[in-house]
Amino acid sequence: MDINNASRKEFLATLVTGGLVLAGCSSKKSPFEAGADEMVKASGEKVKLLSVDGEVIEVDKAFLKPVPQLPAITNSEERRGIPGKKFVMVIDLSRCKNLRKCQAACNHMHHVHSDLNWLKVYPMNEGEHTAPYWQPTTCMHCDEPPCVKVCPVDATFKRQDGIVLIDSDRCIGCRFCMAACPYSIRVFNWEKPDTVSEELCGQPYSCETSVPQKKGTVGKCDFCPDMARKNELPHCVSACPNGTFFYGDLNEDSVTNGAETFRFSDLIKDKAGYQLMDDLGTKPSVYYLPPAARNFPFEKGMEIDKG
Amino acid sequence: MENSISINNDKKAANAPTFANGRRKPDALTDEQIISDLLPRKFGKLGMIWMGILVVICMVGVFAYFRQLKYGLVVTNMRDYASWGIYISNFVFFVAISLVGSLITAVLRLTGVHWSTPLTRIAEIIAVSAITFAAIIIIVDMGRPERFYNLFLFGRLQSPIIWDVTVITTYFFISLLLLYIPLLPDMKILLATKEKTKFYKLYRFMGSFWKGTHLQFRISKKAINILCIAIVPVAFSIHTVTSWLFATTYRPGWDSTNFGPYFISGAFLVGSGAVTVAMYVFRKYYNLKNYITYEHFDKMGKVTVMLALLYMYFNVNEFLVPAFKMKKPEEGFLDSLFIGSFAPLFWSAILGGMIIPIIVLLFKKGRHPFPMFIVGIMIVVGAWFKRYLIVTPTLLHPFLPMHNVPESYKHYFPSWEEWAIAMGSLAGALLVITIFARIFPIIPIQETLIEQHEKEHHK
Repeated sequence: MDINNASRKEFLATLVTGGLVLAGCSSKKSPFEAGADEMVKASGEKVKLLSVDGEVIEVDKAFLKPVPQLPAITNSEERRGIPGKKFVMVIDLSRCKNLRKCQAACNHMHHVHSDLNWLKVYPMNEGEHTAPYWQPTTCMHCDEPPCVKVCPVDATFKRQDGIVLIDSDRCIGCRFCMAACPYSIRVFNWEKPDTVSEELCGQPYSCETSVPQKKGTVGKCDFCPDMARKNELPHCVSACPNGTFFYGDLNEDSVTNGAETFRFSDLIKDKAGYQLMDDLGTKPSVYYLPPAARNFPFEKGMEIDKG
Repeated sequence: MENSISINNDKKAANAPTFANGRRKPDALTDEQIISDLLPRKFGKLGMIWMGILVVICMVGVFAYFRQLKYGLVVTNMRDYASWGIYISNFVFFVAISLVGSLITAVLRLTGVHWSTPLTRIAEIIAVSAITFAAIIIIVDMGRPERFYNLFLFGRLQSPIIWDVTVITTYFFISLLLLYIPLLPDMKILLATKEKTKFYKLYRFMGSFWKGTHLQFRISKKAINILCIAIVPVAFSIHTVTSWLFATTYRPGWDSTNFGPYFISGAFLVGSGAVTVAMYVFRKYYNLKNYITYEHFDKMGKVTVMLALLYMYFNVNEFLVPAFKMKKPEEGFLDSLFIGSFAPLFWSAILGGMIIPIIVLLFKKGRHPFPMFIVGIMIVVGAWFKRYLIVTPTLLHPFLPMHNVPESYKHYFPSWEEWAIAMGSLAGALLVITIFARIFPIIPIQETLIEQHEKEHHK
């Protein structure tokens, strides 16, 4: 059994039964001995615990080891996704002025290496006589994800709620997914991320928070499913002062940027929403609203843009 | 004619019939002469220097890899856009060159061509050593090489990488068997030699069970036939699947249905170039002029010219058709090859790796050993750079513009560590071939003897 797969419940049960055995056992051998790195002497101070049978038991405090932060949900749950959901995003190009608050929030919350950006804002211009606009680009969370197709080890996977995630504990760093992604949204941790502290480094990796990022593995926008579980919006959505990003559930047919909530189908119909490079057949979960009736002139964004 | 120059100074050879250019016809040789000519020999001074250089290059590569393991792939100059670099092009090069084993051993054998017999072992050791280093270089390219076993724990069949791992492993083992089984009769000859070499124990361990009975010969012949048939589809698979690592993506320059045959024809070309170079070097260094003759070079030259023309055809398909349309996503990529920053490399690879070899080899004099050697080197070097041009320019021309990244992410030129590792792997492959030729006869002795007897029988 994979240690990471052990659910919290199972883990607690083991802890408690371990305690029980210790409490009721008269043999010389401590049940902790096998796993313990160092010998622990009883302190004499007892703590009361509730056993699985509902009995109150006493365990010496010295035998209680602080448990490193457990992931809230198991790896298999993370791979399954949130039942009944189909997450979508709508990006209104008429509201973006390349402030990059989204990018900063995303990088900060995911401890992304300082050279890298999961969310990029491109100055786009299709043709010679067309108008330029700013295009924030997250992972498209495609329904036919080219990256997932090519991953040899199932390290990047598609969940039933539509989200494409990366298991950095499994990624072998072959970078085939980066070659396969037509949106170039995937980034690679060429070295140990400079933003990951020693403390964070020791934490178990969670596919849903994508933290901590690990050297030699691929990283990308994760649609913040950990926030969705808390009924909160992704960091980029709440960071944007102009309400460019809308996030929601296709099954509920609603998207919100925090301040405004729309019926997803109406928004797409009224504003002629489209998907990026849909001709490739990737079926993105991110929709764009064309930059019509803009809130800001394009030039406003040039001050921040450093290329 | 009777008394013209002879290369060896033994009495029998002096009276042997010779070619006008001074080379003795091989059918004038006795069994003892053939065996003593073809036995592996100790390194001379030149051999020691060659070995020393290769070992040093390998060690520098190992040191660079140690740095890469320590600091991560950041020591390379690959970044998010050029996420594959010379490691991957080197990998494609190795896979390509390894295909020659199947061409010389299997394809020519199955089509009843006999002149290639002395070249089979050269081709097969090139194949085994190249495919080994292809596997090594792919592990070098991985961000987490220590998780290699995940491919077996969690391997998913729809990924072309899993197909590649499967067919390359299969190809490695078939090639190894095709190297080993024809070696068995030679091992018996080696064990029978009077002076015991330091490899005596190795020969005994590997081949003492071979008694040379009629039954053993029959089984071995059958096994070789089966392997020769089996290796052809596997050889096609290894390079087709390798081309699919690129062709299964959407990117301009890779998104091509032409990629499988384009890669395979290129692979056969570079392989025959490599065999030509090896032929020349072994012939010269081991003095094998009686065994690798002008005729061999002439025929290899004709094969090479055919393969170069074939590769040329697929190149025209690969570049002319998209260039005719100049679709927007492909425009930047094609421009960079034809007139942009990759143009010098691109045109040198096309000219030096294809057009000049074709022109030279069309002439009979161009198919003499020395011009063939030069042409072989041009083909191999051109092919190496061609692989670089397949991998890198595409990655530097993504669909969305390169943006929001440090400036260094927008270009690619390999770091010294990458060069050291790539060159180290090439040196390693040459080292394997060199050591093999030191331990085992590089020209199959038994098969040469059999052919010799057959020729005499026909007279």
